[in-house]
Amino acid sequence: MTVHTLEDERLTAKADDSTGNIIEAKGIKTYFPIRGGVFRRTIGHVKAVDNVDIFIKKGETLGIVGESGSGKTTFGRTLLRLLTPTDGQIVFNGHDITYLSKSEMRKHRRHMQMVFQDPYASLNQRMRIGELIEEPMYTHNMYKKSERKERVKYLLETVGLPMEATRKFPHEFSGGQRQRIGIARSLAINPQLVIADEPVSALDVSVQSQVLNLMSDLQEEFNLTYLFIAHDLSVVKHISDRIGVMYLGKMMELSPKKDLYVNPLHPYTKALLSSIPKPNPKAKKERIVLKGDIPNPSNPPSGCVFRTRCPEAYKRCKEVVPAFVEVERDHFVACHLYHKSEEKVK
Amino acid sequence: MSDALLEVKDLKTYFFVEDKIIKSVDGVNFTIKNGETVAIVGESGSGKSITSLSIMGLVPKPNGKIVEGSIKFSGDELVGLPEKKMNKIRGNDIAMIFQEPMTSLNPVFTIGNQITEALLHHQNLKKSEAKKRAVELLKLVGFARAEQIIHEYPHQLSGGMRQRVMIAMAMSCDPKLLIADEPTTALDVTIQAQILELMRDVKKKFNSSILLITHDLGVVAEMADRVLVMYGGQVVEETSVDEIFEKPKHPYTSGLLASIPKIEEERKRLEQIPGTVPSADNFPRGCRFAPRCSKVMPRCTDAPPDLLKVEPDHKVRCYLYELS
Repeated sequence: MTVHTLEDERLTAKADDSTGNIIEAKGIKTYFPIRGGVFRRTIGHVKAVDNVDIFIKKGETLGIVGESGSGKTTFGRTLLRLLTPTDGQIVFNGHDITYLSKSEMRKHRRHMQMVFQDPYASLNQRMRIGELIEEPMYTHNMYKKSERKERVKYLLETVGLPMEATRKFPHEFSGGQRQRIGIARSLAINPQLVIADEPVSALDVSVQSQVLNLMSDLQEEFNLTYLFIAHDLSVVKHISDRIGVMYLGKMMELSPKKDLYVNPLHPYTKALLSSIPKPNPKAKKERIVLKGDIPNPSNPPSGCVFRTRCPEAYKRCKEVVPAFVEVERDHFVACHLYHKSEEKVK
Repeated sequence: MSDALLEVKDLKTYFFVEDKIIKSVDGVNFTIKNGETVAIVGESGSGKSITSLSIMGLVPKPNGKIVEGSIKFSGDELVGLPEKKMNKIRGNDIAMIFQEPMTSLNPVFTIGNQITEALLHHQNLKKSEAKKRAVELLKLVGFARAEQIIHEYPHQLSGGMRQRVMIAMAMSCDPKLLIADEPTTALDVTIQAQILELMRDVKKKFNSSILLITHDLGVVAEMADRVLVMYGGQVVEETSVDEIFEKPKHPYTSGLLASIPKIEEERKRLEQIPGTVPSADNFPRGCRFAPRCSKVMPRCTDAPPDLLKVEPDHKVRCYLYELS
């Protein structure tokens, strides 16, 4: 692996501007071994992420929705290279980062940051807010000491917290305020890509909208690209430009957000959309209630992973894994119902 | 009102911690009629869960205490009832479903054991009869292999399955009132849809009343007949479910409704309520929502408003609707 100097990093970054994609992932597989038996040998794999392709354009928000166990968090962590994929390729700003070592990864990680779900657990409770926000700049050796202090103040102001906060500890803040601190911290080193994993699901409803609005404002101000991972479809719809739907480690559908809600194709997406309780007592209640639970990812069903709960499953679904195909412009789906070229359907 | 199953009057549940008094529930009034589903909506710290625990007689001791008020269930006073008598009602006439199906089942007993416990305690059934009833109940909540499930342990079941076990347990003695505290919050949406449907079915079958505690307005719209909105330990608005979504009156309710992203709407900025929920040991002097309210008036910060009937079936705690 050649080590890029800062100079050629800049050059390739420039050259890559043509595609407009900040990150591209092809055929990502992240498997976790299951060990067992007397010698703790690997006896199987949990296929947390199984063959997912995705790209994120600069400046857009890609939302990933899925239920627990769908692999959305693992996928986010793999893109950040907090986990090394079992197979596939991740290209970030024109650089293949799939197998970079920790130290090689460091200079790229400057450009990607994460906002975590639990604002109570993700901040070190023994550090003052000022130190917490300064830490990433210190780690990445950015700015002079005085500049760092200035920047901490600027960031606090940007996320709407008072200056006095620098001297305080995390326990003195509410959940929403802590999430603001988490966001300020992730922005400290001026990243291009922010991966937000369920950033608002631990917050109260009235606070949730504050944080969502803040995230939209910051996106404009700092020209950020977001990967927004959540289980709440209404929230994802609100913030995203495009949405991917994951189920049991696979991407089932990916489309511009409007398409996904007006014209959902995959039976899973349809069921998911119809499952959301609408805050309107007079709304029509035509509900597709899925039977059963999400299967165990260490032993997924053959063929299409959704077939065990799918109301429209037929013979082919059991035998062949559906390909992830673009059936309309920018609208991808992995379902046999829409692959018209292969075999006549229905 | 003769058909009132539960009447809560001026309930005050305080916690005494060190030298502080935390007024978790501060003067709550409501009634639940037979067969009615009443939802209490509120954010964390609004007192909605403590209200339900007060009804169940499960306020954490020794710090928590019902300091005032009355809770009448089918005409009988529950506040101050000796533990022995309360045990006869709890799990029998009033049952509760908790939020965390993971932690509210005992991990070292089988599902069968835990369901039959209430039956043996309350209904004087023989062991074999109780077991038969447990299987029936599990089938009712949608377990196909109920005979096996009763021999399994909670860790062998998924979150949705555990919540269904909880519902089976709660329904085991045909309770007249079912208290569901955030019954679907820990579950995925597709599983949530299953559980809500199940609760509706079960309610129809047993004609029980439900007190639903939730922060999810979508769930409220779907399940409730009447809605109480709680803020800072008090009810700030009470009306029918249609009214609350169509004509919310309290600025907090309308703010809450406007701040949730709706799936059918296009992206625009969300309305936001500034600030955070006040802590229960230090409420503002006047209206508890005043510091966050967009329509705050001078008098709001002086004295607290009362919960007043402004329309035949609509109560609001706000000076905006007080004719003066």
